[in-house]
Amino acid sequence: MGMAHDLGLMRVARRLPSPVRALRARSFPLRAPTVPRGVEPLEELDRTGAGFDTDWSRRWGARMCRAAIVEGPMRVMVQALASPSRRGADRLADLEGPLIFAANHHSHIDTPLLLTSIPEPWRHKIVVGAAADYFFGTRVAGATAALVMGAIPIERARVGRRSADLAAALIDDGWSLLIYPEGGRSPDGWGQPFRGGAAYLSVRCGVPVVPIHVGGTGSILRKGRTMPQPAEATVTFGTPMRPEDGERAPRFASRIEDAVTALADEASTDWYSARKRAHASASGTLTGPEVGVWRRQWALSGRRRTPSTRARRWPDL
Amino acid sequence: MAAERRQRAPRPGLVLDVDRSTPPILFHHGEGFRLERLPAGRSRVIYPAEPLPGLVDPEAAIRDALLNPLDSDPLPALLRPGMKLTIAFDDISLPLPPMRRPDIRQRVIEQVLDMAAAAGVDDVHLIAALALHRRMTDDELRHALGERVFDAFAPQGALYNHDAEDPDGMVVLGRTDHDELVTMNRRAAESDLLVYVNINLVAMDGGWKSTATGLADYPALRHHHNVHTMQHSRSFMDRPRSELHRSNWRQGEVIKANGPPIFQIETTVNNNTFGWDGPLAVLQKREWEWTARDRASFMAMQAGLKAMPPAACRGVFGRWLAPYEMTSVQAGAVEPVHESTTANVLAQHLVPVQGQTDVLTMGLPYICPYNVNSVMNPILVMCLGLGYFFNLYRGRPLVREGGVVIMGHPTRWEFHPAHHPSYIDFFEQLLASTTDPAELEAKYEEQFATDEWYVHLYRTGYAYHGVHPFYMWYWGAHALQWLGRVIVVGGDPRAVRRMGFQPASTLSDALEMASDVVGPSPTITHLHNPPILMADVE
Repeated sequence: MGMAHDLGLMRVARRLPSPVRALRARSFPLRAPTVPRGVEPLEELDRTGAGFDTDWSRRWGARMCRAAIVEGPMRVMVQALASPSRRGADRLADLEGPLIFAANHHSHIDTPLLLTSIPEPWRHKIVVGAAADYFFGTRVAGATAALVMGAIPIERARVGRRSADLAAALIDDGWSLLIYPEGGRSPDGWGQPFRGGAAYLSVRCGVPVVPIHVGGTGSILRKGRTMPQPAEATVTFGTPMRPEDGERAPRFASRIEDAVTALADEASTDWYSARKRAHASASGTLTGPEVGVWRRQWALSGRRRTPSTRARRWPDL
Repeated sequence: MAAERRQRAPRPGLVLDVDRSTPPILFHHGEGFRLERLPAGRSRVIYPAEPLPGLVDPEAAIRDALLNPLDSDPLPALLRPGMKLTIAFDDISLPLPPMRRPDIRQRVIEQVLDMAAAAGVDDVHLIAALALHRRMTDDELRHALGERVFDAFAPQGALYNHDAEDPDGMVVLGRTDHDELVTMNRRAAESDLLVYVNINLVAMDGGWKSTATGLADYPALRHHHNVHTMQHSRSFMDRPRSELHRSNWRQGEVIKANGPPIFQIETTVNNNTFGWDGPLAVLQKREWEWTARDRASFMAMQAGLKAMPPAACRGVFGRWLAPYEMTSVQAGAVEPVHESTTANVLAQHLVPVQGQTDVLTMGLPYICPYNVNSVMNPILVMCLGLGYFFNLYRGRPLVREGGVVIMGHPTRWEFHPAHHPSYIDFFEQLLASTTDPAELEAKYEEQFATDEWYVHLYRTGYAYHGVHPFYMWYWGAHALQWLGRVIVVGGDPRAVRRMGFQPASTLSDALEMASDVVGPSPTITHLHNPPILMADVE
């Protein structure tokens, strides 16, 4: 009796209109076309990684949204976590037009720190070169990175023209670029050799490169950690650099690395001492000594800034 | 609009004959402004030239000047390891108002230091060449030289203010053929190379005055900072006719013979005092070119300033940093460098003017060289009007002998107690007995100059030297000797009378009072300054 009753209900239910059945029953063009046999189907566009479309993130609405995020919660977060001291922005005083900002890279906090440190008029018309395989691995992650940071995908695992063409087109269109020539965050607090991307784009687009040294962010959120800890960070902007006549990208990249190395020296000592060492090619290296792991860590602890207060404020009477 | 103005060629200065269609003219009035109608048919207004274009690449221009100096080896050739290098630079009194970052001194000194670093020079001192001015604070030094230079040298005590009263800190270099003593800061004098970094705002600055005055002490300065020199300088803004400069140049000869080698670096700025856009841009425009927006911003500014107490107004103006652009930089030997600098200064400032006038009017602004981050006291009002503005001429004074100067300024009876302690005594005690510069000099100068308390405040606080108010009074000595009457519009009557001038409530009243001296219907000339102009009077 019970079973007969259930079957009756099912029959009644089948006669009622069902959205699921309607969807299943839809035909082309409401449904995707089937591929005829013997025809090679088109390769599906890759919508993640380097193929992620970020055009929308540079339209008016997204830019306004990003500006509000950068000047609001991002600035508050950076101030709370990094208490940053920013130096050398006056070196950009004579510049106009797009720039390539090339910084060393310790931490995920570097980008928010730099986005809130780069002066106007570049701060709100800037894109950030972000690892395509990391930040654009999924569409949600890519959309978030593009909206919040203005990130564009940069391929770092394989050689391709797509990233370079996109970055060059944006620079030609008046956008500045923030890029980390090391290609990723520092694994141990010391830097990594610079790749040629920033130098190549500078040569190709004819725009200056501003070397930047970021210090102290490794203590806030170093690679491998998930919870940030407040610490003091410094951002030191260097003198803008242009490729010399006939200079090729690898050589220019090496000069950019030297400039960031000198800025690291300046940030941990003082400007004049750093300049003397830079002229004597004795600024040290960004990548640290080629010694054992513990000695590299030991050497890191010695890079602290001297106090900037005056030793003698009043004359001896 | 600002971009359009920047793109077209700057217009030279202008002498406008006032007629009935002329709008009211802007008069600066301390931390405020007045719009005044000048009588038509017999008045004229002298407008400054528009700002000359700044150097497109100042850094490259500085580098070029250091590598290709005038009558000198390139700077890198003068630097070597183990040498004693001293860099002296102009103090807080230049430029006016203080300029936006990066200050020119920072730009130049960083390049000099970079070359010194390349040469491996370890012993470097930086000295603010302030003569008898007040010491610069750490913040002011930081602003002038930038964070990098300050942080590299101040903590080691290698960046400091000149101390003209340090008994061990001065050396005598000799005497001129006019028996003028020449002294210099010991560190600078004993250096293997002295690099002087200057900002030339007006034609008076620079040349041998930089080192012979900026790094000297009272016994040397008294030879040219005196009434005789000022009264025989026609004017002190015109070096060939300036006794002040002749004396400095004689002292320069002694420095050249007995002092350190000097590498002089001089720079000039344009007239972009208030900017092409922004809240004060209207002050840089000619009145008939004020747009509706300019008029609205001016009225809003006036209303705001009237609603605020004077100290708050001072704070607002004190925060203004001029967007000056560098128009030239030259380096090398003092004389050829200064010749070139002066030509560049005059190219910006000089305005040809036909003939003199019976009455010269001027609206005095909120700032002069000696009240940066401070109070414009009555003595500084006198110095700015009768010293600086009156002397901004070449040829003959703008006003005829026996004529009248009408200055507009609130002239409050107020002083900055830390910066100007000796001014208070000078004003309240000495001016009560006499306003004659010669008498003041003869009777009281020595006493104020050697007063131990003033010396102590100069050395350990931020006070101008005890003798400084005398120099301010001497700065107006030529005008006092030349003029028949000085009238101050809108000033505190007590303070104005204390200085021997006449107070007036309005410009009309002042012109009426002036007619007692120069007769009815006098000719009137208004100096529309700042931005700075210098009248070339034929």
